[in-house]
Amino acid sequence: METRNEIRFILNGQEVRRKGVRAAETLLDFLRLEQRMTGTKEGCAEGDCGACTVLVGRLSEGALVYEPVNACIRFLATVDGCHVVTVEHLRGADGSLHPVQRAMVEHHGSQCGFCTPGIVMALYALWMRVPEPSVTQIETALQGNLCRCTGYAPIIRAAQAVGAVGDPLEAERAAVKTRLEQLKDGARVAIEDGFLPGDLDDFAAVYADFPEATIVAGATDVGLWVTKFLRDIGPAIFIGHLDELRRIGKGAAGLLIGAGVSYEEALEEVSGAYPHLGPYLSRIAGWQVRGMGTIGGNIANGSPIGDMPPALIALGAQLVLRRGKTRREMPLEDYFIEYGEQDRHEGEFVEAVMLPVRAGEWIDAAYKVSKRRDEDISAVACGISIRLEGEVIAEARIAFGGMAGTPKRAEAAEAALVGEAFGEEAFDAAVEALALDFSPLTDWRASAEYRMTVARNLLRRFWAEEGAGEVAQLVREGQL
Amino acid sequence: MSGAPKGAAHQAVAHESAEKHVSGRADYTDDLVTPVGCLHAYLGGADVTHGLIMGMDLSAVEAAPGVLGVLTAVDIPGKNQISAVHAGDEPLFPEEMVEYHGQPLFAVVAETRDQARRAAALAEIEISPLPHVLSVGEAMESRLPHVTAPLKLQRGDARKALDAAPRRLAGRMEVGGQEHFYLEGQIALAIPGEDDEMVIHCSTQHPSEAQAIVADVLGVPANAVVVNVRRMGGGFGGKESQMNLFAAVAAMAARRFGRAVKLRPDRDQDMAITGKRHDFLGSYDVGFDDAGRIVGVEAELAARCGFSADLSGPVTDRACFHFDNAYYLPEVTITSRPMKTNTVSNTAFRGFGGPQGMLVGERVIEEIAYALGRDPLEIRRANFYREGADETPYHQKVEDNIIARVVDELEESADYQARRAAVLEHNAKGGIIRKGIALTPVKFGISFTATWYNQAGALIHIYKDGSVHLNHGGTEMGQGLNTKVAQVVSEALGVDLDRIKVTKTTTEKVPNTSATAASSGADLNGMAALDACETLKARLAGFLRESRGVEEVEFLPGRVRAGAEEIDWTALISEAYMARVQLSATGFYKTPKIHWDRDKGQGRPFFYFAYGAACSEVSVDTLTGEYMVERVDILHDVGRSLNPAVDLGQVEGAFAQGMGWLTTEELWWDEDGRLRTHAPSTYKIPLASDMPRDFRVKLAEWSENPERTIKRSKAVGEPPFMLAMCVLEALSMAVASVCDYAECPRLDAPATPERVLIAVERLRR
Ligand SMILES: Cc1cc2nc3c(=O)[nH]c(=O)nc-3n(C[C@@H](O)[C@@H](O)[C@H](O)COP(=O)(O)OP(=O)(O)OC[C@H]3O[C@@H](n4cnc5c(N)ncnc54)[C@H](O)[C@@H]3O)c2cc1C
Ligand code: FES
Ligand code: FES
Repeated sequence: METRNEIRFILNGQEVRRKGVRAAETLLDFLRLEQRMTGTKEGCAEGDCGACTVLVGRLSEGALVYEPVNACIRFLATVDGCHVVTVEHLRGADGSLHPVQRAMVEHHGSQCGFCTPGIVMALYALWMRVPEPSVTQIETALQGNLCRCTGYAPIIRAAQAVGAVGDPLEAERAAVKTRLEQLKDGARVAIEDGFLPGDLDDFAAVYADFPEATIVAGATDVGLWVTKFLRDIGPAIFIGHLDELRRIGKGAAGLLIGAGVSYEEALEEVSGAYPHLGPYLSRIAGWQVRGMGTIGGNIANGSPIGDMPPALIALGAQLVLRRGKTRREMPLEDYFIEYGEQDRHEGEFVEAVMLPVRAGEWIDAAYKVSKRRDEDISAVACGISIRLEGEVIAEARIAFGGMAGTPKRAEAAEAALVGEAFGEEAFDAAVEALALDFSPLTDWRASAEYRMTVARNLLRRFWAEEGAGEVAQLVREGQL
Repeated sequence: MSGAPKGAAHQAVAHESAEKHVSGRADYTDDLVTPVGCLHAYLGGADVTHGLIMGMDLSAVEAAPGVLGVLTAVDIPGKNQISAVHAGDEPLFPEEMVEYHGQPLFAVVAETRDQARRAAALAEIEISPLPHVLSVGEAMESRLPHVTAPLKLQRGDARKALDAAPRRLAGRMEVGGQEHFYLEGQIALAIPGEDDEMVIHCSTQHPSEAQAIVADVLGVPANAVVVNVRRMGGGFGGKESQMNLFAAVAAMAARRFGRAVKLRPDRDQDMAITGKRHDFLGSYDVGFDDAGRIVGVEAELAARCGFSADLSGPVTDRACFHFDNAYYLPEVTITSRPMKTNTVSNTAFRGFGGPQGMLVGERVIEEIAYALGRDPLEIRRANFYREGADETPYHQKVEDNIIARVVDELEESADYQARRAAVLEHNAKGGIIRKGIALTPVKFGISFTATWYNQAGALIHIYKDGSVHLNHGGTEMGQGLNTKVAQVVSEALGVDLDRIKVTKTTTEKVPNTSATAASSGADLNGMAALDACETLKARLAGFLRESRGVEEVEFLPGRVRAGAEEIDWTALISEAYMARVQLSATGFYKTPKIHWDRDKGQGRPFFYFAYGAACSEVSVDTLTGEYMVERVDILHDVGRSLNPAVDLGQVEGAFAQGMGWLTTEELWWDEDGRLRTHAPSTYKIPLASDMPRDFRVKLAEWSENPERTIKRSKAVGEPPFMLAMCVLEALSMAVASVCDYAECPRLDAPATPERVLIAVERLRR
């Protein structure tokens, strides 16, 4: 495979070529320190405040899509082949404000102004998709942006006021797309201390050769290793650009979700097949991180508080691991051995997660409980799936996050349900049994007592919502 | 008068920097172009909470790539002191003892920030640990000292009244602290000049203090130090004294290496080593009658102050001043206990202790309501200040009381009674989702309680082309101060706002300024600017009288009338210049009427009061403790608004911040004394989706300040913060519904979902 030694991308209106990029260089430092483009701010350097939001446009299956990203944890190498748009680019050459900027001024959407460039970029990304958004859509788009001054009310008013007017930046789109197509050469890119493989097979081969390398997908974990813990991540293999890993395949056997599928992509496609995952996924992180972070990364990192594993385990997910050309599969729960240890061999990577088609009648739910509703790590996360045969619970799969050193099934609680009539009594027994399954820890997110109480109550909630009758209907609607 | 100039006072114009904010062209300190060869400093600290420093091996730090050197206490040319109140208890770098986890002990200076940051982590510091005390409760049990003298406010004989009271109850409330979470973190850039000169660009609310501290640390007179700040990315009190450390270290490093030095901590370090809102432990003993009227109350307000005094004295004083909120307390004793703890030294934060004191006071009202089985709003009304019952515990009379009108209007517009009935009805169904509603008032005293702080200066130049250059001693942190002061000048001179430029705040132009704090920015600096305008107008009028031989001179928008003649502003200025009229003036203001005798606990600490009221309705999930703020109605008094758009923004923003304080913002220290909620990943301020589903905010348009404040407006920075108290009380009501309101849930703050659920479980038993 051909190897290229420089990264190439478009920054606003200018093409950039850069040799000698180090794996740990962030897009934000590149913008602020090297380009002296100081419009993009650093508020936290951990992906949580959104002050550093820029847009990254990339070719995805032939289309040019722009996503809001946190420049603070986005590695510079990964904008290869992309169009980076910063706040400086929105204002016209004649000084005229972009419609989104104008609305923010007219509605007094800035006070200290430090969050403002990031908010403008997130709102611009929203407006490109939905020119006349609802309040809920605006709030969802702003889950990754903190503002300490305004209380958001004027920002929401501004976002609603922009309206379906023309985008002055539309004029450059065709040329940008053409140029990005030209830049896409399928080559492997070598940087100072890492690679961007040319394709999936190239990745498999490179990783088998360099099993000590750090795989970087969305960098929503790895980015923080660098910005917060000053860790060296070289040699690094960046995989976020690999289209083959970003696909979701629908087959007779089930849904095959590539490891590189982002939360946002999963939200669009997976929640079609599993509607209960829609609201659940939209409470993971903020929009920027949802566009960057991957399902594969959320599993591979082995975290006990990742939100995907409990929901996926309940659905009977199979994990597909690959080394070179060899693949192996296992039930997702088996991947997590104990805290800090996973069943992944040297040179092996997560290629996909498979959600198999299930026979019979299943009831599924997924719950996330956190201190703050949005963009917060769960105190407790939970996936529950049960199969009914008539009135009887024939199968139960219940998995929790935040309750042990790994995402873990509640086997005692499951056993208490199976074979019992689908009713309050069975769930009372399951609630009791949970004490055998878990003894959670206390930390800053929640006390052990709270975690246990919530876990129990989530089983009660499942019954209250999914049980039959008028009451359950009212509970589902949030009326009771 | 034919109209007002474009952008004059009372108009809802945009923030002066709005266009720059939205296009990324507003410069914050980190955005300034640095001089060639600028170096970067980073602070290194202790990994111990309390202990004796046995030794520091910084050789690995010094040997790290790019490092020029390290600075410790011995390198300080002047005084090793940065106490904001000159208490002598806050060394820049401690020499003997570490007093809180992460306390900076040295700084490293390198070619890049990244190098300095990496190097700082390499220090080997040997500390012999001592036992530590983290919470207020423990501090009182261990009899730790006060960091500053407590305050006692007393009127009548509370003890006697309590003993004679028909009913009596006592309780305690924990009130959590709060991280400022200004989006722009602390930062200072120091540029050395000739002789002993030093120029500092710093994100600070108090340039004059940064100047004084830097001068002390460098051992030079104040006239050698200039401190500049164009704008801050938020302050909220967190940059009133907390920037001292950063400014002083940057200056010290710049002096040592003779090059510019920038110091910017990362967010984790910023949160670990800068003070926060004080947490309080309030206790109360109240006597009341069957109508819920308070007959006597004793309260103690103990605060976690951290290792040093910083601003804890005035903060705990203000807590005492606001325990009464809008209520007349016939016989009363309120004492403060500013406790020392082995935590970072707590500091100013919007409301400055007032919110904590007021919240405990409101808890007393809530307790009485539950004890009597009544709507808390009835108890509130029964106790409002009124004719003949208008003396505060500090013996100032409440002369401008409008609380009853504000509350009546809000009760009506929020449809409180019908909605409360609906909430009660909903809860009676006994479901999982419970609701609560509450309406709480705010009365907040305006003025610095340190009387000498209530002064301000301004400097105005009119250039030959008629454009105006405005400078004042206040700092812009997003609150729209520059906009408001420029509007005042626009109206006074009759010049459109776009001809007035407000430039960076600098100790070179206006000396000896007070902190931009206590909501006083526009009150003080607006008046000072007006004073300068009056001087300039008098000179111009004098010139016209003399040159035109007329008596009548009137300033109109864009022009001046002298007798029958109207002269365009620009022409007038040009003519005045040619006639050698001085076109530059300073202005000065000091707040009248106020005085305060702290030893006696008597005086008139406040020039006036600002009022407001808010009503919130919440729904609580009793399985998880999660909640939603469904609707909030606010009616707030800003007097005659200088800028209704800016003021509305202050009210909305303050409410959100107050709500965060009382709900999801939790500071959590581990047993070792480490703050574990030190970044936005772990410390959760409100998001857009946390805001009330239905948010209706109004300014009391009929209100005018009876005192002669700037254009009869009122201060707005802090008072609306406390409007959020109703959220806590509404949550409390939803919780109480599970025991049919038999008991006041005594929900502590912040009411995280965890606290709410635990309270639900407790009351169910
Ligand atoms: C602001 C913010 C909010 C967040 N909120 C949530 C939340 O609400 N819920 C939640 O669960 N998580 C949350 N996270 C963490 C979450 O985004 C990550 O866990 C994410 O899913 C990791 O995916 P990634 O692609 O970014 O992984 P990376 O950071 O790129 O990698 C993570 C780890 O997985 C490895 N890895 C990645 N891909 C593979 C692969 N295909 N094969 C083998 N190893 C691989 C990497 O080497 C690394 O060890 C949040 C993160 C941030 C920054
Ligand atoms: S700086 Fe806060 S998200 Fe990037
Ligand atoms: S305007 Fe200050 S943080 Fe948003």
